[in-house]
Amino acid sequence: MTEHFEPEIVAFCCHYCAYGAADLAGSMRLNYPANVKIVKLPCTGKVDIIYLLKAFEDGADGAYVAGCLEGNCHFIDGNIKAKRRVARAKKLLDEIGIGGERLEMFNMSASMGPRFAEVAREMTERVRGLGPSPLRK
Amino acid sequence: MIIAEQKPIQEIKAMIAGYQKVLIVGCDTCVTICMAGGRKEVGIIASCLRMALQIDRKKPQLIEDCIQRQCEWEFVDTLKDKVDGVDAILSSACGVGVQALAERFPNKPVYPALNTTFMGMPNEHGLWVENCRGCGNCGLGRFGGICPIARCSKGLLNGPCGGSQNGKCEVSKEMDCGWQLIYGRLKTLNQLDQLEDILLPKDWSTDRDKGQRKMFRGDVYYEQTV
Ligand code: SF4
Ligand code: SF4
Ligand code: FES
Repeated sequence: MTEHFEPEIVAFCCHYCAYGAADLAGSMRLNYPANVKIVKLPCTGKVDIIYLLKAFEDGADGAYVAGCLEGNCHFIDGNIKAKRRVARAKKLLDEIGIGGERLEMFNMSASMGPRFAEVAREMTERVRGLGPSPLRK
Repeated sequence: MIIAEQKPIQEIKAMIAGYQKVLIVGCDTCVTICMAGGRKEVGIIASCLRMALQIDRKKPQLIEDCIQRQCEWEFVDTLKDKVDGVDAILSSACGVGVQALAERFPNKPVYPALNTTFMGMPNEHGLWVENCRGCGNCGLGRFGGICPIARCSKGLLNGPCGGSQNGKCEVSKEMDCGWQLIYGRLKTLNQLDQLEDILLPKDWSTDRDKGQRKMFRGDVYYEQTV
């Protein structure tokens, strides 16, 4: 079953960087897996633990948060806060039995279209390897 | 205020796993401030539990709520209708709140979602420290405003032990020596001479060793009519 398994992945993307990078990846006609569904945020500092949990509760097999490069957040340290919340949410996912490795934090700038595509592939491969979320089994 | 922390999800899950309908009640006061059991944490706990139980093929109904203070009857009583409809209650308040619910709703099992840790304050955002042990006979006036019962690992009352080194306690290098702090503060206040008075053994009869402590004040007391 895992061979044909297409994971559902939610990407929480900062408007100033990852979202721009996704846009650029599109205009550069770069391919990235259609598994990734983007949720646009004004800054990754807006990410709350409950958003990450809800993504999984509502059926995601994986999720990631993509924010500006460290030091480049337009709201100073929103991406650092996001990184800490992602770390706590990973622990909770481990405790729940879903597995923290299904969630990750990435940093990129708006000019990094190819990196956006690479991250999308990387996460899709990782989650495909892990199989469907235990909630969907 | 009261400081608490969330219990591991699997521990909470094991307590409520046998129930179909559970009311999760947070408290808007102390445990909201220490980010352990307020409205937001109730949402997090509920979401985690729903997922953990779903993995076990269980789909209970978890109802989320939060009241102003779980340690006052007038707020607890507002839960009555909701409690009537559930099989069990999960409280994310401190132990006082959990017990208030248990007393008010004698026919419902009540479970704690938190571990109540101590009385203290957030020294920095995200770092809580214990500063008072509630001994019932405050001696802070003698110790420069720093409590040796809570902040000296041995609760010494007449100066530090021999393990105090470079301002740190011998129990842990991470921990300030309470007595070094007291000394420093009394020095700043020019009150070092206070340390020359040897304190006799403290009267611990006000501490908790005699069982539940009670306090009564006639001027504010009204007999409960309901
Ligand atoms: S129930 Fe506990 S946490 Fe809530 S207000 Fe009372 S003492 Fe504070
Ligand atoms: S002396 Fe007693 S009441 Fe005063 S701070 Fe210490 S433990 Fe609390
Ligand atoms: S503005 Fe991009 S992460 Fe804060």
